[in-house]
Amino acid sequence: MQPFTSVTGVAVPLLQDDINTDQIAPVPTQRSLKPDYKDLFFHRARRGADDALDPSHVLNQPQFAAPSIFVTGRNFGCGSSREGAVWTMMAVGVSCIIARSIADLYRENCLQNGVLPIELPDHVADTLEKRIVTANGAEPFTVNLETQLISGPGGPDIAFEISHADRTRLLEGLDDIGMSLKHASEIAVWEERARSASPWLQRALRSPDTEPAK
Amino acid sequence: MNKPQTMLDKLWDAHFVAQRLDGRNMIYIDRHVLHELHAPHAFEQLEKAKRGVRRADLTFSMQDHTVATKPGRTQSTNPDGEQFQVAMREGSNRYGIRLFDLHDPEQGISHVVAPELGLVLPGATHAVPDSHACTVGGLGALGIGCGTSELEHILITQTLAMKRPKSMRITLDGTLHPYVSAKDLSLRILSLFGASFGRGYAIEFAGEAVRALSVEARLTLCNLAIEMGSRSGFVAPDEKTFAYLKGRPYAPHGAEWEAALAQWRTLPSDEGANFDKELRVDCSELAPQITWGTDLSQTISVTDAVPALDGDAEAVTKKQRALAYMGLDPGQPILGLKVDRVFIGSCTNARISDLRTAAAMIKGKRVASGVTAMAVPGSTSVKRIAESEGLDQIFKEAGFFWGESGCSMCAGGNGDRGKPQERIVSTTNRNFEGRQGKGVRTHLSGVEVAAASAIAGVIADPRTIG
Repeated sequence: MQPFTSVTGVAVPLLQDDINTDQIAPVPTQRSLKPDYKDLFFHRARRGADDALDPSHVLNQPQFAAPSIFVTGRNFGCGSSREGAVWTMMAVGVSCIIARSIADLYRENCLQNGVLPIELPDHVADTLEKRIVTANGAEPFTVNLETQLISGPGGPDIAFEISHADRTRLLEGLDDIGMSLKHASEIAVWEERARSASPWLQRALRSPDTEPAK
Repeated sequence: MNKPQTMLDKLWDAHFVAQRLDGRNMIYIDRHVLHELHAPHAFEQLEKAKRGVRRADLTFSMQDHTVATKPGRTQSTNPDGEQFQVAMREGSNRYGIRLFDLHDPEQGISHVVAPELGLVLPGATHAVPDSHACTVGGLGALGIGCGTSELEHILITQTLAMKRPKSMRITLDGTLHPYVSAKDLSLRILSLFGASFGRGYAIEFAGEAVRALSVEARLTLCNLAIEMGSRSGFVAPDEKTFAYLKGRPYAPHGAEWEAALAQWRTLPSDEGANFDKELRVDCSELAPQITWGTDLSQTISVTDAVPALDGDAEAVTKKQRALAYMGLDPGQPILGLKVDRVFIGSCTNARISDLRTAAAMIKGKRVASGVTAMAVPGSTSVKRIAESEGLDQIFKEAGFFWGESGCSMCAGGNGDRGKPQERIVSTTNRNFEGRQGKGVRTHLSGVEVAAASAIAGVIADPRTIG
């Protein structure tokens, strides 16, 4: 995974609560194994009833055409487990999401992809949102994971919290599967123990007298 | 004496494998159930990385999200679905994973099939790359929805790396009135506490009202844990759970059944166990519930009016947006709103007990003119049982479409969708904007309100239609 140290770029504010995965990456009318994640990005939310892009929607405004930092409200990414809702963010260039809170599954999916998820308490979010709305895409913001600071026009640097473990994982670009495979012998030991403690869990065999009706 | 433990403590400790460099706990996944929407991507990643599946024998594949519901369907009936189903078949064959394919007599929605086959067991961890994996908590398992990268991680390691969730117990008191069911309990909880109060927690549902629920109803209750913000929700197993599982194809049998039973009886939270959060709801006067807005906290009793535009500026804006999308005015009654479609189905409410409830209500009646009504069984086994009881005839004679099993209109991934501005009463689990088709106005309810509304042609109170 690509290490994340810092990002500098346009910060786009979509200041609503409970933005769900059906809004971020809707199920497309024509489904494909390889969808165009750039096109999927808030596909319906950005369009009016006539399917044309709504120029008044913040995500359609030219100054926000290539955002790096996405700023939003509470419970961002609630809903489905679909990782496409993170991939669509990455496809348009977003590598950091700053929210008042982020849904558990969505936050995990961010970490899996090297996208920095930041959760800010309300009083800090209030200040940052104002500055980002005022900047209106004209000047860049920087999010630095090493110093845990957000900087940009309109005020002093803003500190953010992230667990040491998540910070390390992103900074070092640690490969999720690689990290776990270091524990392969412990997995084997666990299985060995489970085979005697709860053998029915280590085997998923069909009882011979339960063949399905044809 | 040992410190009293919650059921979550017991489940977590029993599955703890190791602590990773990044502080996450690796927990062992006893059963991993895949579906065709997300597994093909992971299969492709595996092939690229030249890695294998560690425990294909504990992994099962389902075709559910993209399958057509039309009788006589093939994999190309939903043209978009074919590529997913083919990739699922190829990947499952390549890695030796048992696939419940389109024409398998036990095909269906994974969260419906896994319990009915006994693939879910009390005390087991059960992962699915779908957020509604929490459904199977109704049997006392820890169901965990996961993303696509996590899916790949489980295939390779048979573990999931997670932060240990905090524990929450929601105690539901009281006895439910007729025509009030598990779905109403979940919706009520959402209306009281919102759509994100469960973030970071695993929820244990407990109390008199939960004990009184059938196992199938408990699956419905747990199905909506994710809508509360929790990746997992569960009910402690009891004699009903054991009776439900006995003799199921993949449940332990013979001497092993007795050994399993002895372990399962030790699973419930100990007396005096400490939860990180406790909530309590009196359900004795609960009325049938229905959503009026575009998230699940926007729920009211079916006899209530749509909320007025009160609260702070933020709350007003949110309500205005939802009301505009739903085509509603503040303060208007929800009863009597004209309905275009009714959908009875999904991992929330498409088990045999749901279909029996609906059928009993519509028997000998007709769906109101102008209403398109669909009943889609949660699995091919459910469909077979329903047909053996003549339920299909009741649905068809009433004017319902009776289809083949799959996720269908829940997310419309198979092409079953509404049209813009159509109002749908749906037994599914998400009322998000555009979820059931562009501009579609979804009202979530239990099967009782849905069945009553199909007959009345308007949103109706099942207690007065009965």
